[in-house]
Amino acid sequence: MSAPGLGALRLDHPVMVASGCGGTGRELAPFVDLDGLGFVTRTLTRHPHPGGAMPRVVESPSGLLHAVGLHNPGLEVFLAEELPWLVRAGARVVVSFCASTLGEYAELTHLLASAPGLVGVEVNLSSPDADGVGAFDAREPFHAASAVAAVRRELPADLALLVKVRPDPVRVVETARAVRDAGAGAVVVGGALAAAMPDGRPAGLSGPAVRPVATAAVRTLVRTAPEIPVVACGGITTSEHVRDYLAAGAVAVQVGTGLLHDPTLITRLVHDLEETS
Amino acid sequence: MLAVGRAGAFRVLSLAAPGVPAAFRPGTFVVASPGDDRLAARAWWIHRVDPASAFGPTIEVVVDPGSPSGAWFADLAVGTRIALTGPLGRPFTLPRQPVAALLVGEGHAVAPLLALAERLRARECPVTLLVGARDEKHLLAVREARRLVRQVVVVTEDGSVGHRGVVADHVGSLLASSSAGVLYTAGRPDAVRAVASIAASSDVPSQVALEVPMPCGTGLCHGCVVAVVGDDAVPRQVRACTEGPVLPGHRIDWEALP
Repeated sequence: MSAPGLGALRLDHPVMVASGCGGTGRELAPFVDLDGLGFVTRTLTRHPHPGGAMPRVVESPSGLLHAVGLHNPGLEVFLAEELPWLVRAGARVVVSFCASTLGEYAELTHLLASAPGLVGVEVNLSSPDADGVGAFDAREPFHAASAVAAVRRELPADLALLVKVRPDPVRVVETARAVRDAGAGAVVVGGALAAAMPDGRPAGLSGPAVRPVATAAVRTLVRTAPEIPVVACGGITTSEHVRDYLAAGAVAVQVGTGLLHDPTLITRLVHDLEETS
Repeated sequence: MLAVGRAGAFRVLSLAAPGVPAAFRPGTFVVASPGDDRLAARAWWIHRVDPASAFGPTIEVVVDPGSPSGAWFADLAVGTRIALTGPLGRPFTLPRQPVAALLVGEGHAVAPLLALAERLRARECPVTLLVGARDEKHLLAVREARRLVRQVVVVTEDGSVGHRGVVADHVGSLLASSSAGVLYTAGRPDAVRAVASIAASSDVPSQVALEVPMPCGTGLCHGCVVAVVGDDAVPRQVRACTEGPVLPGHRIDWEALP
């Protein structure tokens, strides 16, 4: 299927791997067929990030708290060592990335523009601790739009441009409108709620605990701005949840935390959706 | 879940696990999570496997009911179905030549060493096993080990069985007396650190199976990183669940571990 707003990102089914929960793809490969699967990479940055202090992931009732700190090898290493493998495996690869300045957004997009096999990018504006990881502060819709515009200018027109925004039911519409006007093809609503680790460090909260919040954000956005394609992400563990998001108006969904709990989850979801479609 | 046996203070759980025994290597583990509201994985060493029991392929894991997640696992009723993923992780590397090996474990961390001893014996490596525990109740697999390996040395902190003390007190002398060419150990970083450093100072290569919290067990979450130093002397981070849990002892940056 070619969902509205996803451009070159053609999906065989509406379930994608969310950023940060599919590893490099190699770890997921024993549990799910990557061929034809929409795969969003962990968020990549200009330079390698060693990540944050331990513990980085702890459980919270019905969710996981994470402060991984954008642990990644840097975009150039990813393009050289990880992307070719993912493309060979047949994954429909979407690179998630974030930058510290508008100029760096342009620079990273320029690197991505010619990456062989890439079908799209996802600008990560939903980091729960942007300051802590040195990311460009995109809390204000104007700033979010500036970042997306910088990416749009460098990105070939046929590549999908997804923008991940915070699942904030109160402010999601203004941010989504701003990034859509700046050139986003679709908005990914989901990702982590800003939270704190038991020791007080900034963290993100993901998993079933946040699903009602993400659902509210998706519903609000679809109702208020139906012209914006929405990809829903947050707390999916059953095909029922997928159907709920699609019924709420999402064009596709992403599965993240559920994979940490059960790496075969996507296989099961796709099977269940086919059974009952 | 087929059966729950007692081993002193521990429980030995037998589980029907199709596919796991065939891929099992000593040092690998399985993960399971307590439920819908507690999502982080709990990792368990695979203690023993039986590819063809009366119940089909089965595995045994050792659980300490005194630990929070161990209590959940040990209290599962026989017949309960749980979602297990495994075998996961990188196993112990076996020597190509028959060399003497010293295996060191304390408490429930002896679990992965028994199957390792079997495989070493199959390769004609003389095996010495050093088993430690708080007290007699926390000794694991000593009787089975005596049938399996050349020498078993037991150490308890309260002196109730064998020597009084901790395993680190005996590693140096056993390395020398057994002429060990390799040391294998498993356990939490604070427990295996001393053992690995004694091996390093004796110039004996060590294989350390680290027991650290692994929130997913599959390498997806990057939540169990261990600082190591590569062959090129460059510091790196590896995931205990994927590049480990078994790592060469001299590569681990112990200062950076909790």
